[in-house]
Amino acid sequence: MLNVTEIFETIKMIQEENLDIRTITMGISLLDCIDSDIDLACEKVYKKITTKAKDLVRVGEEIEREYGIPIIHKRISVTPIAIVSAACKGDPVQFALTLERAAQTCGVNFIGGYSALVQKGFSAGDRELIESIPRALAQTEHVCASVNVGSTKAGINLDAVAMMGRIVKEASELTADRSCIGSAKLVVFCNAPEDNPFMAGAFHGVGEPDVIINVGVSGPGVVRSAVAKYPDATITEIADVIKKTAFKVTRMGQLVGVEASKRLGVPFGIVDLSLAPTPAVGDSVAHILEEIGLECCGTHGTTATLAMLNDAVKKGGVMASSKVGGLSGAFIPVSEDAGMIAAAEQGVLTLEKLEAMTAVCSVGLDMIIVPGDISASTIAAIIADEAAIGMVNSKTTAVRLIPAIGKKVGDTLEFGGLLGYGPVMPISYKSAEKFIGRGGQIPAPMQSLKN
Amino acid sequence: MRAVITVIGKDTVGILAKVSTICADNGVNVVDVTQTVLQDLFAMVMLVDITKISCPLSVLSDQLENVGKEMGLQIHVMHEDIFNSMHRI
Repeated sequence: MLNVTEIFETIKMIQEENLDIRTITMGISLLDCIDSDIDLACEKVYKKITTKAKDLVRVGEEIEREYGIPIIHKRISVTPIAIVSAACKGDPVQFALTLERAAQTCGVNFIGGYSALVQKGFSAGDRELIESIPRALAQTEHVCASVNVGSTKAGINLDAVAMMGRIVKEASELTADRSCIGSAKLVVFCNAPEDNPFMAGAFHGVGEPDVIINVGVSGPGVVRSAVAKYPDATITEIADVIKKTAFKVTRMGQLVGVEASKRLGVPFGIVDLSLAPTPAVGDSVAHILEEIGLECCGTHGTTATLAMLNDAVKKGGVMASSKVGGLSGAFIPVSEDAGMIAAAEQGVLTLEKLEAMTAVCSVGLDMIIVPGDISASTIAAIIADEAAIGMVNSKTTAVRLIPAIGKKVGDTLEFGGLLGYGPVMPISYKSAEKFIGRGGQIPAPMQSLKN
Repeated sequence: MRAVITVIGKDTVGILAKVSTICADNGVNVVDVTQTVLQDLFAMVMLVDITKISCPLSVLSDQLENVGKEMGLQIHVMHEDIFNSMHRI
């Protein structure tokens, strides 16, 4: 029999603590849409997406209403477009426009996969696609792009890193009149996961089935309020509290994922065990860290606290779901987290500290606003540092920097919605141009030789 | 298939009657009712059988939410599975 306390606990989580399913993401393979004629290929892509995902939004909303759980986003991820566009000549932006049209027809919030995987070098179509990313993002609203520049197995492609430094800046410049939104839809990865439901880095890996449903959960508010009930507990006890809460949150994701997959007739992929914040009050990962005992996120002790939080989320979540994947862990996007924004505004949370934090949590330098006059080689160097952390630690790291064109340290850039706002953060003005300009490949580390 | 209806708010006359009437009108059978006072708020939990429901669950949910608004109460309808999956292994 159901227990009244448990029922009200669940309702409180949803009503007051912002518990929600962040996204149901349908992964769709476009491998069967490849054609040497770009117009034909685009037509096939449009048809396949709008056929497979035609009921995604409706089913998502049905589940939302019936189960009483908010499902914030419905999204689509597709095979990295560089693989599809490799076979045909022509401007790859045509694919971006096709994805945009498909996204609008299906009514989804985002479509990811305008991507290239170049960790060990460029194959046909990769360079053209990467060069076209700024234009593709400027001409579309829902399309997200990502590029994988490194992996533990392959090392880091420094040529691609240098290129991405330039591309990130161009993406900002081309959308300078729209809060530089272009670069907010572009992620540079090391060890990119192939089943990630979260944007902007979602794409449908080539090892995935034809169509699949992946789910990303959220719930920083729930974790913070659970921790708040134990002001005098030891850190061991706090870890246990977080584990139990993560279990409950993930179970909900599992339920929604299985139900969506049943109703759509599509296999269920994974639950991403994530703590994804939003700028809303009470939905912040930084506030969990502060609840545990930091005066302000970013101060000494932040990395250790975050490591514990990230680990407990995974341990609690892993038993709650039949299949786990994606990024899985706590996210620390600065502009999307009220506590992070406040800490960055006070100057307590710095780029250097964020870099350390990314070594122990799920993603990387995410939604960080940097001065508009930053050089391409400095962006590339930041990407290289972050990729190195991922490569050596056999984990996913990512960089989503937003050069705020025309703004300097202390100014604010506002995106609105889930992307939030944030202060322009200081960077080191000493150059790394020579290093980046060397090009070549940082060889794979010893960790890659596991066989 | 069962759903859980929860009502939270200030205690007023006729809450149970109104909610049960809407349930009956839609072919929903009330299986169990628990009432309690939660931090000086009236809280009612109703377990209902929705096997023979005559409208989509979302319509019932909308109707109840509207009545809730009129009476200054928060009424939520949620599928039973969510509680089972969250709190039971």
